[in-house]
Amino acid sequence: MKRQLPLILLFLFGAFMVFQYFVPHESSEFFYEFVALDWPPIIGVFALSLGIISLIRMSAKRVRTRTPDWGYSVVTLAGLASMIVAGLPWFGGQESPVYKWEFQYIMQSILPTMFALLSFFIASAAYRAFRARSAVASVLLVSAFIVMIRFFPMGPLSIPAASTASWLLNVPNLAAKRAITIGVGLGIVSTALKVVLGIERSYLGRD
Amino acid sequence: MTVFEKMFALDRRWIYLVLGLSVLISLVIPFTVPIPISQEARNIYNYVDSLKAGDVIHLAIDYDPSTIAELHPMSLSILRQCFDKKIKVVVTALHPNGPVMTAMLLDTAVARHFARTGERMKRGIDYVFLGYKPYPALIILGMGQNYRIPFPTDYYNVPVDSLPMMAHVRNLTDVRAVLNVSGTSGTDYWITYGNGRYGVPLALGLTGVMASDYYPYMQTHQIFGLLGGLKGAAEYEELVGAPGRAVEGMKVQVVAHMVIILFIIAGNVGYFAIPKSQRRRLT
Repeated sequence: MKRQLPLILLFLFGAFMVFQYFVPHESSEFFYEFVALDWPPIIGVFALSLGIISLIRMSAKRVRTRTPDWGYSVVTLAGLASMIVAGLPWFGGQESPVYKWEFQYIMQSILPTMFALLSFFIASAAYRAFRARSAVASVLLVSAFIVMIRFFPMGPLSIPAASTASWLLNVPNLAAKRAITIGVGLGIVSTALKVVLGIERSYLGRD
Repeated sequence: MTVFEKMFALDRRWIYLVLGLSVLISLVIPFTVPIPISQEARNIYNYVDSLKAGDVIHLAIDYDPSTIAELHPMSLSILRQCFDKKIKVVVTALHPNGPVMTAMLLDTAVARHFARTGERMKRGIDYVFLGYKPYPALIILGMGQNYRIPFPTDYYNVPVDSLPMMAHVRNLTDVRAVLNVSGTSGTDYWITYGNGRYGVPLALGLTGVMASDYYPYMQTHQIFGLLGGLKGAAEYEELVGAPGRAVEGMKVQVVAHMVIILFIIAGNVGYFAIPKSQRRRLT
């Protein structure tokens, strides 16, 4: 029963979602609302709680045992607490001035900064990776070169550079991406069918 | 160490330093770069431009602050065009870090429109912000049936049924298009469910690294337009006649690309100039 019940539930919900997708009727809407929209957030809340508890326990342990860089854990805990408290409904929720201030002047500054740092790593990686070591690597190098120079103000040369870059994106890139997309799509369908029909059971564990 | 050996195995800190300096200098020095408009960007502009006053579009803002440099200018330009043309906008933010940012974005767009035209766009009448709900695939499917299923109230806890703009908007088939500005895989759900399941015309505004992945959908007409990265944002700013942060950012991007290309050329010159036996020693 321990293994059969999850398999039965999975089959029922999987079959329902497939059926519901093709039936845009009001009764179908009602079941969709109940099954698909209400349940996942409930499960998600438990998963989120687990994550938050785990984060607090790990960070608190680091602070308590004074492991190297424990100061970062203090910042983590302080940030977590301040955002949760500021976002509580009694303080105005997401519209509270403190929450908005923290979001605007901390989150909205830190996240783009972290993302922008990638450009330095990309530059370093491009310098090392784009070497004409072989014929294939040379093709990659030339393609990257053309796609990058399409932005350059080169006078009359700008138009052929832009059209060649556009051709590279719309023909060879498109062919490769399409092959990958179709392959991945077929893989998803077959895996989903195997899971719904109970053929693929590895997610149940060994017990 | 010879010059060629140095070119072959340059310390990465030099790359960081030169790139950082070139970005800073290009920010300070005033100059412009031409922004050729791609057909993919023009398609979006023309489509929105062809709509009538009172038509409704859905602006799906599926990104967080990490990608605002590329994506915020797109959203602002689209909102500017919609507000100018009196096109009504349903806005959602299906990224957990998106709602507050999107609320601020809307405030900015409304304030700019007011400063420019003296006309104040009203929440619930000219635009609606529905906010965030988890699980984008389920939410898009839900909106395809009825906006009120996933969003009984808007972001500000006002019942959607009480919003005048939503009186004639039941589901995705009642909007003329979905413009998805995204830095996440939520775009796949818009293609699969928004366009595939409910047939709503779809256009995308994506980060530079994502754009090449979505070109196949242009050729299959699953999307009717595509804005790729800062370049796409700059194109749209030019199209709406309001060059802003993206056009300004393009000059930095061009200089950074030039620097990267110079480093790549230097690396290849070094690679071919030094004997094969020495390459392994230097790497």
